[in-house]
Amino acid sequence: MRVNFTVNGRPQEADDVWEGESLLYVLRERLGLPGSKNACEQGECGSCTVRLDGVPVCSCLVAAGQAEGRDVVTVEGLADHARRRACGTAPGTSLDAARAWQPRGTGQDADAELAPVQQAFIDAGAVQCGFCTPGLLVAADELLEHRPNPTDADIREALSGNLCRCTGYEKIMDAVRLAAARQGEGA
Amino acid sequence: MDFLRPASWEEALAAKAEHPTAVPIAGGTDVMVEINFDHCRPEYLLDLTRIGDLYEWEVGDESVRLGASVPYTRIMERLRGELPGLALASHTVASPQIRNRGGVGGNLGTASPAGDAHPALLAAGAEVEAESVRGTRRIPIDDFYTGVKRNALAPDELIRAVHVTKADGPQQYAKVGTRNAMVIAVCAFGLALHPRTRSVRTGVGSAAPTPVRARTAEEFLAAALDEGGFWENGKVITPSVVKQFADLCAGACNPIDDVRGTASYRRHAVGVLARRTLTWTWESYRGSRRLSEGAA
Ligand SMILES: Cc1cc2nc3c(=O)[nH]c(=O)nc-3n(C[C@H](O)[C@H](O)[C@H](O)COP(=O)(O)OP(=O)(O)OC[C@H]3O[C@@H](n4cnc5c(N)ncnc54)[C@H](O)[C@@H]3O)c2cc1C
Repeated sequence: MRVNFTVNGRPQEADDVWEGESLLYVLRERLGLPGSKNACEQGECGSCTVRLDGVPVCSCLVAAGQAEGRDVVTVEGLADHARRRACGTAPGTSLDAARAWQPRGTGQDADAELAPVQQAFIDAGAVQCGFCTPGLLVAADELLEHRPNPTDADIREALSGNLCRCTGYEKIMDAVRLAAARQGEGA
Repeated sequence: MDFLRPASWEEALAAKAEHPTAVPIAGGTDVMVEINFDHCRPEYLLDLTRIGDLYEWEVGDESVRLGASVPYTRIMERLRGELPGLALASHTVASPQIRNRGGVGGNLGTASPAGDAHPALLAAGAEVEAESVRGTRRIPIDDFYTGVKRNALAPDELIRAVHVTKADGPQQYAKVGTRNAMVIAVCAFGLALHPRTRSVRTGVGSAAPTPVRARTAEEFLAAALDEGGFWENGKVITPSVVKQFADLCAGACNPIDDVRGTASYRRHAVGVLARRTLTWTWESYRGSRRLSEGAA
């Protein structure tokens, strides 16, 4: 079957989709967007977290056909999503741009390709092997969108569906606190 | 495999009548795991996510009509006052990502003895609104669970909503597991005080082939509270009564040994949860009595 939906602000079409396939598989294998990670395939690890109509979900548990006509944001579109939130508009992220994405942006250049939460993860040293990072970024970004001043308990709860086997979570907590503090200063 | 995408409830019922083997999929948090691991290959998937009615709820005088697909997140955020037990139980399900998708309709569809909605529904009192092209019926929650992961739905029926009795007193839900998040219950316990009818209802999870009520314990406690005039005098419940209640709740279990815990641990833990939830709810009842007396 064919699935038409919006991915990172741009309309996309996926063909030859098997009816039992997950949204995660469509993103990775049909659209060539490997940012959302495929690990447990049972919703336990959160590394495939994306926004579906704004809501964080495990894309491995969304049937491809359920994404028809819906709006999906993946980690590849997080910078664009943050820009849209800040400025009201953003151009969206094309598949080519998403595939060519590199983690630049450690500098201060104006069109940094990182969302503030991504920059905070780098600055706080919250990335080790990096496998869980995309899911954590999507979940943390959504938290900060709705709760600009989260308590530690809020952060723990918001990230409770994302497993990290490297960091012990402390640096991840630091990163989210840092992103929140910077967001507060900017406002 | 065919992916059926009804745009309305009537279309969904027609599709289910035409293809009784079709597997409904709502949040997908049970169904997709089965498909990802090739544990099931349904001929038809019946997507319910286009049917807006299933995501709505209505608060009535006596009960809340909760659409089958209302996600746990909504129940926690919006129905804590009317359905405190179910809201607490919802909060213990998995993680934010899962709670954003999964709901009570799917929990009832799966009918796992470990499903967190079940003890809360049993304790509050509820009826499942099942519908097919043949008509609508209300299945009392006590008759809904028929075996391990089996329920009373006919092959052509879908769950439209669950009618959950509004709380008329304190309710609690407690669950044993290794973490706060992402835990399938080792065992779980729901308790609802019903001061209006001077009764108490329970729900026990993961401690028998189906979710069950501890009826003997309920009857014992109601009689003891009555006899001692506790509902009226609001005194602390005699410790021996609490202990007997906890023992009877443990006795209502028929658990198994599995990877999550042994049968004897489960029986013990259910007794502990029964004692704790009774203490919490009774304290809360006494507190609200004092408040209303203070105001009078
Ligand atoms: C990582 C993870 C952790 C989990 N943790 C918990 C937990 O802590 N506690 C818990 O209780 N559960 C847990 N679950 C299980 C699951 O999330 C719940 O059972 C949830 O309520 C299912 O809802 P759903 O909408 O996603 O159901 P789906 O997967 O869409 O459907 C589940 C079943 O119900 C049927 N169904 C769905 N809607 C209807 C309807 N309207 N009419 C008739 N049949 C219907 C489906 O055909 C299927 O058989 C967990 C799952 C995952 C993946």
